[in-house]
Amino acid sequence: MTMLEVHDVTYQYGAKRALDDVSFALDAGRFCALLGPNGAGKSTLFSLMTRLLVTRHGTITVAGHDIASDPRGALASIGVVFQQQTLDLDMTVLQNLRYFAALQGLSGKAAQKNIDAALDRLDMRERAREKARALNGGHRRRMEIARALIHDPKVLLLDEPTVGLDTASRQAITAHVHDLADTGLLVFWATHLVDEIRETDEVVVLHQGKVRAQGTAASIAGTGSLTDAFMAMTAREQAA
Amino acid sequence: MIAYLVALRAIVLREAMRFMNQRSRFLAALVRPLVWLVVFAAGFRAALGLSIIPPYQTYITYEVYIVPGLCGMIQLFNGMQSSLSLVYDREMGSMRLLLTSRLPRWWLLFCKLMAGVAVSILQVYVFLAISAAFGITMPLMGYVYLFPVLILTGLMLGALGLLISSTIKQLENFAGVMNFVIFPMFFLSSALYPLWKMAESSTLLRDICAFNPFTHAVELIRFALYESFNGMALLWVVLAFAVFMAGSLIGYDPARGMVRKARG
Repeated sequence: MTMLEVHDVTYQYGAKRALDDVSFALDAGRFCALLGPNGAGKSTLFSLMTRLLVTRHGTITVAGHDIASDPRGALASIGVVFQQQTLDLDMTVLQNLRYFAALQGLSGKAAQKNIDAALDRLDMRERAREKARALNGGHRRRMEIARALIHDPKVLLLDEPTVGLDTASRQAITAHVHDLADTGLLVFWATHLVDEIRETDEVVVLHQGKVRAQGTAASIAGTGSLTDAFMAMTAREQAA
Repeated sequence: MIAYLVALRAIVLREAMRFMNQRSRFLAALVRPLVWLVVFAAGFRAALGLSIIPPYQTYITYEVYIVPGLCGMIQLFNGMQSSLSLVYDREMGSMRLLLTSRLPRWWLLFCKLMAGVAVSILQVYVFLAISAAFGITMPLMGYVYLFPVLILTGLMLGALGLLISSTIKQLENFAGVMNFVIFPMFFLSSALYPLWKMAESSTLLRDICAFNPFTHAVELIRFALYESFNGMALLWVVLAFAVFMAGSLIGYDPARGMVRKARG
């Protein structure tokens, strides 16, 4: 079942075309990497999918809700982890989760149930009353991921979530999010790091605002490695 | 509907908590008007003669005259402070968290506004309590009537802050706001001198003051504190709020506003 569909999306900052006729469709229960070098247009695409930006060219549909005509339905189906850290470090873990639940309009028992589930997923129940500042970078990121799932979204968007983390945390988070996809969630993960992608993952390669390839990592890699295929796709354009 | 109120409560509580934690901000917010009251007013009371103008029914000292203006100043600074924290939030990303909520954007911005208003009202009442300790008291019911008025004036000044925050790209530009918004608004108003006094030196200045929505916010506060009502000021404040709010909604509209500019 298609959970996220991007169709003919074009976006310009003034004269600069950040996205050019971008189209792809993704199914539920998949881990999909949006792979592209810096400046490929990944963050712009994320802003469009979360309605921080709007474009007149093309449509984006999330779980059947068109983001232009039904933004609230679409946003309700999305959980987002931004590249920048968005925790309030002066609030406790629990307060951060409660605040987010309230922003989504959740309160009382329903909110508490989801918050408990999030804490369990993080294995952080006993640290719930600690200030977010006390957590290390990896834990903060995991907490943001758990927070993004509090309102039971169908699609989880992550914009380069492992930036600035050490290798161990990076691997732990990558594995954790792969597990999430197995529960039926569509995970859409922007990155420029090939080693975060498994062979069976879906990959959309974005470069200079255009989709260069879409398919499983194995099929894009062909006989070589995904790294080589990715370098070849992005290097050719830079040379041209 | 419950979802809306849940979000409102959370946003207001968070802002209040943040304010209480920042003790220096709390202190600065109180010291500023007190300095005006104790130092400035004491120096000026001899220089300025005030005649009896509504809502006052008797001769008043200068300290008594400027108290409503200082209440307005607290809210003016607070509105700008909230706008500053909005720009900061935007650079830090927590604004994105707010704007990607499933609730409508106008409501989320209104919640932000109400959070700032709640904090400013807290400050005004603490300031009035200290003024009372200095012997500057108002009729008891005045303090009660003041409450709804402060919500309105706070919303108007907060909406101005919101509008400004939607046009500022970076935190660094904020000093300009101090020079070009706060100071002119405060000095070109009836906060420190009544309009007729202004007219003695220049009718043009008087007209500018009469146009300044901050003047009307101050007058609305002044009248409320003396248990009376100024319809003209109310109308002016409501109009200004509507204009500022509409402007900020356009500024925060993803199709044309700040996000686009901020990234461009």
